[in-house]
Amino acid sequence: MSATIARPGSLHRQRQWTLWGSYTALSFFVVVFLVPPFYMLMTSLKSSAEISAEAGNPWYPHSPTLANYMTLLGSDSFMRYFFNSVWVTAVVVVVSMVISILSAFALSRMGFKGAQVLSTGVFLTYLIPPSLLFIPLFQIVGWLGLINSTWVLVLLFPTLAVPFATWIMIGYFSSIPKELDEAALIDGASYMQILVQIFIPVALPGIIAATIFAFTISWGAFLYPLAYLYSADQVTLTVGIVRDLIRGDVFAWGMIMAACVIGAAPPIIIYTFLMDYYVAGLTAGSTKG
Amino acid sequence: MAQVSIRKVVKAYEGNVQAVKGIDLEIADEEFVVLVGPSGCGKSTTLRMIAGLEEITSGDIAIGGEVVNDVPPRDRDIAMVFQNYALYPHMSVFDNMAFGLKLRKFPKEEIKKRVDDAAKMLDIAMLLDRKPKALSGGQRQRVAMGRAIVRNPKVFLFDEPLSNLDAKLRVQMRTEIKKVHQLVPTTTVYVTHDQIEAMTLADRVVVMNHGIIEQVGAPQELYHNPATRFVAGFIGSPAMNFLTVKLVSDNGLYVELADGTRLAVNPARIDRYKPHAGKTMTLGLRPEHLTETHTNEKPGTAYLDATVDVTEPMGMETMVHFFIKGEPVCARVDPLTVAIPGQILRLAADMSNMHLIDNDTNKVV
Repeated sequence: MSATIARPGSLHRQRQWTLWGSYTALSFFVVVFLVPPFYMLMTSLKSSAEISAEAGNPWYPHSPTLANYMTLLGSDSFMRYFFNSVWVTAVVVVVSMVISILSAFALSRMGFKGAQVLSTGVFLTYLIPPSLLFIPLFQIVGWLGLINSTWVLVLLFPTLAVPFATWIMIGYFSSIPKELDEAALIDGASYMQILVQIFIPVALPGIIAATIFAFTISWGAFLYPLAYLYSADQVTLTVGIVRDLIRGDVFAWGMIMAACVIGAAPPIIIYTFLMDYYVAGLTAGSTKG
Repeated sequence: MAQVSIRKVVKAYEGNVQAVKGIDLEIADEEFVVLVGPSGCGKSTTLRMIAGLEEITSGDIAIGGEVVNDVPPRDRDIAMVFQNYALYPHMSVFDNMAFGLKLRKFPKEEIKKRVDDAAKMLDIAMLLDRKPKALSGGQRQRVAMGRAIVRNPKVFLFDEPLSNLDAKLRVQMRTEIKKVHQLVPTTTVYVTHDQIEAMTLADRVVVMNHGIIEQVGAPQELYHNPATRFVAGFIGSPAMNFLTVKLVSDNGLYVELADGTRLAVNPARIDRYKPHAGKTMTLGLRPEHLTETHTNEKPGTAYLDATVDVTEPMGMETMVHFFIKGEPVCARVDPLTVAIPGQILRLAADMSNMHLIDNDTNKVV
């Protein structure tokens, strides 16, 4: 009795310490992760003269200018890289999602023999680092005659996106009660109708999470485009920036940073609007019965 | 016409575990049959085999005279109500109910009419625009029933539809289900583990245990004439008392309790029980057949003295619990009867309602 009276509010104090710890750790991460993009944005608004002057406070532009952006947006090659990235990513996302939704549905619901082994196998492929694969893949891609064609990315990126996207979708589909598809079966739906009319609408947060993942894989990729593409009309944005804006040891820092801001804009916009769905999708199955 | 025939149906899972061990059952057109039994008795598996959601290992299931073993669920013309409602969460109540009709390409006006009619019958007409998450448990169950009714199927299947509801709502929905069956007389197979639900709803109750059918019969018949010890103990609440007795033939026929008390067997049953004289058997006596004594008892009443252990006043009656040589016994007495724990209470056993169970076969003799 006396022990409980002697420590009033200890739980409250413990919670406060935990919160302090969390905020300190999170603040550290926020600073570490947000300083580079902030510096990127600030540098993109500086003229080359100001960047090379190395005078004054480097954390904000003294005479802000959009010249770097205007030059890039007026450059045919930069716009070509940008649109190459857009079309490759669009096709990769669509192809990856179609494959992963269909395979996740089959693996989680069709109940065929070996489904469990197959789903583990699909996930295991995700654990192989892409950087290990690009040399053997070079041989295959060369054999297929796809070197220096954006189609190579359309072929290869889904192999990276599908396993993880399928894994997310399997988790999400498994959280949908079995009775829902049984009710639909009795109502007269085919498996395809169950997928399209019941599972896809119900699993939308999971599908959005998987879509964002596939988008990120394709949009941010550097190694494969660098390895397989070389001509100006095929290169994607990530490689294009390095190719055009770094000449020997001359770095056009202002334009490099402006190009990075333009390149980072689509994922930032997409993440901002779909963040809630993304988190809900990734955590599905852990809380739903 | 939609009678359901189950003939020698077996369901075995991997490792030759048999969930249903070759059952036979004929369900008449428009009959309301309840499958009841404890968890794992095979009742839900049987229902799912009728629905086509589980494959049959051997035997035949026929609906309306046609064997449907290899017919997919959607072509069996059945509708099913699930325990967890299984409503499509992204669709409105209207769309949930209309889903099956839309898939079957019914004209729009017909769909609307059927949904409206069912909604009116189930008192959910004002909820048609809502999503399932905005409904209470009882309302969701009504929608699930509505989804079944609009299809106007040959057979309704209910898989423990009231188990997720609270006690009060369960009683209310039980009445609703009975009312719906009266309004839309359709062959119905209803699965529950609640014997009161089974008794109140069914035309016939099928008691299952360990994958076999123990007994099939009208609720009153199962209650008053159980065929096995399992049925005798499962049907009725509080459960029937089971007491180890010796059948003694000594200037009349008696059951001798473990404490030596002798209760005379009703003369009308002497011929039936006599071949078992001398054997140790089990006496089955329902609590309501073990009551306080009255001044003018009906014939066939025997008396015993009980040392009261616990009393449970329920308002309209009081349950008195006591032991006979370690075997628990429950008596149902008038609430005005004075029953004090530790004191002796004289009780009257209505021996015309006794059951005698053969300990070797577990069958009521």
